[in-house]
Amino acid sequence: MMPLRALLLRDMRVAVRVGGGALMGVLFFLVVVTLTPFAVGPDLALLKRIGPAILWLAALLASLLALDRLFAGDHEDGSLDLILTGRAPLELVVAAKGVAHWLTTVLPLVIAAPLLGLFLNLDAQAEAGLMLTLLVGTPALTFIGLIGAAIGVTLRRGGLLLAIIVLPLTVPVLIFGVAAANAAVSGPVPFGTPFTVECALTLASLVVGPFAAAAALRLEME
Amino acid sequence: MRLTAVELACHRGGRDVFSGVSFTVGPGEALTVTGRNGAGKSSLLRLVAGFLRPTAGSLSLDGGDPELSVAEQAHYLGHQDAVKPSLSVGENLQFWAAFLGGSSAGVGSGLGAGSGALKVPDALAVMGLRDISALPAAYLSAGQRRRLSIARLIAVKRPLWLLDEPTSTLDTTAQDRLTEVMRSHLTDGGLILAATHAPLELAGAQELRLGDLDPKSASAVPVGGEVLS
Amino acid sequence: MTLTDLANPSRFLRLADIAIPWLAGTTAIAFAYAIHRAILAPDDYQQGATVKIMFLHVPSAWLGMLCWGLMTVAALGTLVWRHPLADVAAKAAAPIGAAFTLLCLVTGSLWGRPEWGTYWVWDARLTSELILFLLYLGVIALWRTVEDPLRAARAVAIITLVGAIDLPIIKFSVDWWNTLHQGSSVFRLGGSTIDPTILVPLFAMTLAFTLLFATLLLAAMRNEILRRRVRTLHLTKASAAS
Repeated sequence: MMPLRALLLRDMRVAVRVGGGALMGVLFFLVVVTLTPFAVGPDLALLKRIGPAILWLAALLASLLALDRLFAGDHEDGSLDLILTGRAPLELVVAAKGVAHWLTTVLPLVIAAPLLGLFLNLDAQAEAGLMLTLLVGTPALTFIGLIGAAIGVTLRRGGLLLAIIVLPLTVPVLIFGVAAANAAVSGPVPFGTPFTVECALTLASLVVGPFAAAAALRLEME
Repeated sequence: MRLTAVELACHRGGRDVFSGVSFTVGPGEALTVTGRNGAGKSSLLRLVAGFLRPTAGSLSLDGGDPELSVAEQAHYLGHQDAVKPSLSVGENLQFWAAFLGGSSAGVGSGLGAGSGALKVPDALAVMGLRDISALPAAYLSAGQRRRLSIARLIAVKRPLWLLDEPTSTLDTTAQDRLTEVMRSHLTDGGLILAATHAPLELAGAQELRLGDLDPKSASAVPVGGEVLS
Repeated sequence: MTLTDLANPSRFLRLADIAIPWLAGTTAIAFAYAIHRAILAPDDYQQGATVKIMFLHVPSAWLGMLCWGLMTVAALGTLVWRHPLADVAAKAAAPIGAAFTLLCLVTGSLWGRPEWGTYWVWDARLTSELILFLLYLGVIALWRTVEDPLRAARAVAIITLVGAIDLPIIKFSVDWWNTLHQGSSVFRLGGSTIDPTILVPLFAMTLAFTLLFATLLLAAMRNEILRRRVRTLHLTKASAAS
């Protein structure tokens, strides 16, 4: 446990200290939300209706930030080699890095989301539904993203490739996340139905992600 | 504890890097791997470390912990230093000590009685980095980063050391420190496998020359006495 | 004392050490007077006491824009005249300006809620002010991302100059577009339309805010100079260690 805890703390420290830290993701999130009314018009009723979807989409894109550096950074400075000589299983190591990414890059987005919901004229019920679905669904985005990050570990500019690989895999999470967020406000579907599926997707990704990513890392490192 | 390699072969990027490599390293022994650039020194070390799979031959570490792989009982010192610039010198070493440190480091390895791992500040002191341990690692020179990387070897006890050009970027003072550290490790019963251009001044070190004469085979040629610089 | 005299960081530090306590004291007095006048000012017949948010909202908007203006001058100082303290001033000013702009957005939002029924609306004035806030955040992020302060300064200077286009947009947005936000009532051709009982506390608050800005700016500049000295000391220590 101690090696994994040390890795988690180190990754969090580095993420917070490098560049703009955690706030870069939030800033990107804010920018995307600000761009929305320029694209769809300032009609508040429309923004209220598509608000949860816009915020989910923006959170998805923002959480991809820093994901391509997750393994590539360690690969470039030789840390990944040493990590392989550690006694912790690679799957748990990968999961620990995923947790660090979620805590430092994605959780600030979830916390900022209700504030940005104000810009899109969401009411309290919509805000609550949105925040809950983001809280539950975003770990799936990170853990699926681990797979893409592992595949692109040897690439220097893997960012776009990662997006192309990972985004299609996140579609189910996006569908059910937005459905749950919308169901919290209106519609015939009760909130529980899409929300339960979203929980299931996240739980599955917590297992599949690290295993697939570890396998990809081993292949790429050869 | 004994590291034995029999007829190792390595194939990378569509070419045979080396084949028919055999050697054995016993407790307190060092093997230096020499050869021109591209002969496969780094590949051999990475193969022993488990980062590459051999296309032929076998590798075994007898007398070690049967539950652990060779890599998990070895320290690997590669070309890069695995130093994060945004962490301080001390934080960097503390991380590796926590991540690589394991209580089974000395079990069945034949290491001597005085084989407790050094605490992080002491390890830094041995490599002359104690005074700057609070400084962000971004401010270090290449030689200082190398010394920080070497400090890892003494902060965590592991029986087998795989060193790839350990003296690169080091000045003479630092090279002396490294030699001291290596001698101490050997005295404790550890094993060293080092790829190097420069002589390492280790008495009784065997030498394995890769890529000499017949590029298809290499065998350990024991070289007695001090390796002259 | 001319601007070139101030170019010496050590001399600036000495000046700042003397000036900051005086400025802080003057700021406190100015706020005391301004708040006093604001409390005495009459309530609005429609909005009641809520209208007094204006005494926070309007000065913070002006200061947010003034700060970007100062950063623009500093940017020219960095790129054109190469004044050594220009980038220090720019870096120190950014978070302060961002804070004023954020205060403007938040107070405006709270003020608008009872009036308009919503916390936010995407009209030209509010949107351009939000854009200013994003520009501030972008500049702050840029300062933090580039490790070497002098290289960061040049990049930031360019962004600052380009972003300055937002200032006239904010000012004239209420004239050029149909906005929910009220039109210009203070700085207009033909004089202000506001009664002196409101105008005086408004200007008093603005003066207090400006003094606050000056105090904070000098203190932040002093911190930045000291921070750079620490960095140099670290670098020296690292290279001296054998």
